[in-house]
Amino acid sequence: MQLEKKESTMDKVNVGLAKRYRREKRFRRLGLGAIILSISFLCLLFTTIVANGWSAFYKTEVLLDIHFDAEQFDVDALSAADYDALVRTSLKNFFPDVQGRSDLRKLYQLVSTGAAFTLQDIVANDTSIIGSTRKIWLPADDEVDMFLKGYIPRDVPESDRRLTDKQVDWIDQLAAGDRLERKFNTTFFTAGDSKEPELAGIRGAVVGSMFTLIITLMLSFPIGVATAVYLEEFAPRNKWTDLIEVNINNLAAVPSIVFGLLGLAIFLNVFGMPRSAPLVGGLVLTLMTLPTIIIASRASLKSVPPSIREAALGVGASKMQAITHHILPLALPGMMTGTIIGMAQALGETAPLLMIGMVAFIVDVPGSVTDPSTVLPVQIYLWADSPERAFVEKTSAAIMVLLAFLITMNTCAVLLRKKFERRW
Amino acid sequence: MLKKGIILAAALFAVAPVLNAQASSGRDFISVVGSSTVYPFSTTVAERFGKTSKFKTPKIESTGSGGGMKLFCTGIGANTPDITNASRRIKFTEFEKCQANGVTDIIEVKIGYDGIVVANSKKTDQMSLTTKDLFLALAKDVPDPKGSETLVANPYTTWKEVNPSLPDTKIEVLGPPPTSGTRDAFVELAMEGGCKQIDWIKALKKTDKNHFKAVCHTMREDGAYVEAGENDNLIVQKLQANPRALGIFGFSFLDQNTDKLQGSLVDGEEPTFENIAAGNYAISRSLFFYVKKAHIGVIPGISEFLTEFSSEKTWGDEGYLTDKGLIPMPKAERKQFASDIQEGKILVLTK
Repeated sequence: MQLEKKESTMDKVNVGLAKRYRREKRFRRLGLGAIILSISFLCLLFTTIVANGWSAFYKTEVLLDIHFDAEQFDVDALSAADYDALVRTSLKNFFPDVQGRSDLRKLYQLVSTGAAFTLQDIVANDTSIIGSTRKIWLPADDEVDMFLKGYIPRDVPESDRRLTDKQVDWIDQLAAGDRLERKFNTTFFTAGDSKEPELAGIRGAVVGSMFTLIITLMLSFPIGVATAVYLEEFAPRNKWTDLIEVNINNLAAVPSIVFGLLGLAIFLNVFGMPRSAPLVGGLVLTLMTLPTIIIASRASLKSVPPSIREAALGVGASKMQAITHHILPLALPGMMTGTIIGMAQALGETAPLLMIGMVAFIVDVPGSVTDPSTVLPVQIYLWADSPERAFVEKTSAAIMVLLAFLITMNTCAVLLRKKFERRW
Repeated sequence: MLKKGIILAAALFAVAPVLNAQASSGRDFISVVGSSTVYPFSTTVAERFGKTSKFKTPKIESTGSGGGMKLFCTGIGANTPDITNASRRIKFTEFEKCQANGVTDIIEVKIGYDGIVVANSKKTDQMSLTTKDLFLALAKDVPDPKGSETLVANPYTTWKEVNPSLPDTKIEVLGPPPTSGTRDAFVELAMEGGCKQIDWIKALKKTDKNHFKAVCHTMREDGAYVEAGENDNLIVQKLQANPRALGIFGFSFLDQNTDKLQGSLVDGEEPTFENIAAGNYAISRSLFFYVKKAHIGVIPGISEFLTEFSSEKTWGDEGYLTDKGLIPMPKAERKQFASDIQEGKILVLTK
């Protein structure tokens, strides 16, 4: 009887077993599917960005014979010379058949307005060049660049593209004479923002981001760690500390624009700090990252085993010695990971900076924390909003730079954790 | 660690105001705020100015016309902007606020015109609309199609229902949100322009101005008009993806995308450079900027910047701003404003 009953249980189990295995498989597949889905979205994102943006790292330059006419230059006022005219003369000499005001104007449009600034720099560095004729590579206009990169179609009616048939013809002539070349776009890494896509660079935004993050780090790390240590090691457990804890957790979830409004009201209006300065940006982002750092730091302090604390106190260390000599060094990797993640968050933030005037057109690369500047994500936003077609690839390229920074920072966080983390 | 942290933080807080005192006592660059429509032109001039003069490049924030005025009118001093851009004229209320805050001497400069286009993808046919069509298709309440003089919630779903000569496609228009100056101008020029063509509503303007405005200026909210955000590039991309939709944005974006988009005819006129400059195209507006006279001579470079802006090579018929899509003023008007700048003529506004 009993034997029979046992068998029947086993039977029941066996009947259900296949179903249970199937269920488990389905469950596993669901999880795997979720991962594959998110990875494929990520891949899609990366490939579109890279596909759109890689061409921005190259730009087209034109080789022109520039005659530095001695009559044009006054050695005492080099900047007053008409450098545009040098470019225009050179183009006119190369295309002697082009006549008429509007045709010439179209011809001059092939070379970037930045060519004049390049020539100005050359002359300023070496005045002996005046009077001679040199072959010089000058930046081409963004339309030419877009055309050669294939973003402007050739086989459409003239009215459907921004380059006229004549301009296309001239470009072909220049290309036939080996006077057009695709070069690595150093301008993109050395220049500040510009309204001309071929002259625009991200240096200003990168430096601005750096200044902002340095301020944020210098303020939020010490304050965050100090807060965490006090709350975790010294503060008594009562209603007040509970209230503080709830508030810190709340602050971590507050939309960042609110911090921007706070910054506008306090740092700009009360303290009268300058608008658009990385200093204020850093202060606002400090407020935003503090909760993240405090929460991470407290968690890593909590994970230090009490035996360490008790052992230190047991051999006669004061509470402060126990904390600074034993607990903090052990908790530091976790704190730093939290800080780096907080910093990476701050690096990608635009909303709070809008209120304090960091969303602005700034050409000069900032030299100090009080100079006006933008940050990387703001630069991306501003370029995405520009009508010129060539800014599309610039936007994607800037996103690539930002992603590179974020990946580096997050890798640092992972490496730090790997290297210093102790398992108890 | 704890002590060090506190000391460091305290030191930084102590240093911050010192740095700031240094910075705000004398700003050595021009600060410009205001309209996102004027932004591309203003930045182009600023960049040239920075590269060719001995002054620093002006800083330009795109805050929208209204936001710019608010900042501009907060007072005089290095902490306030020197210039504000606007895609409409300064309002009397704003002017009053400026006066109250000590910004009494303002120089007004008109820089040119901008057209607002209604465009669609080149994959479909070009539309020929009237401002009345636009009003009937996009207003929240429209006159009863049965003919009585009452308002009903907008019943139209296709263009053909609005006007039998239009194609039988769904009304789907992407445009800017209410915070945008482009939206203000579109509502004032196109919607009100179409609204006024209906006689009994036009009569309303004399009797009940507020009601008239509410009728003419309210866009429909049932999904036919989609607020697509301030980013005009986004609207351009959405139009390519959806050939049946129409988009509303500034002329410069059409000018840059002539291979993909076509502007609809409005009241029989195509949105071209020539048509807008001649004043034939119905939906075009003036662009302005305003300068604090008290800052000229205090903040270095303002008068030189104004000279650069008002020179023929900048805003003239063949000036470099035309490459960016600005539609220049007639020559006499340019001369007038250039001489106003030279004389420092102060804006007087009466209600």
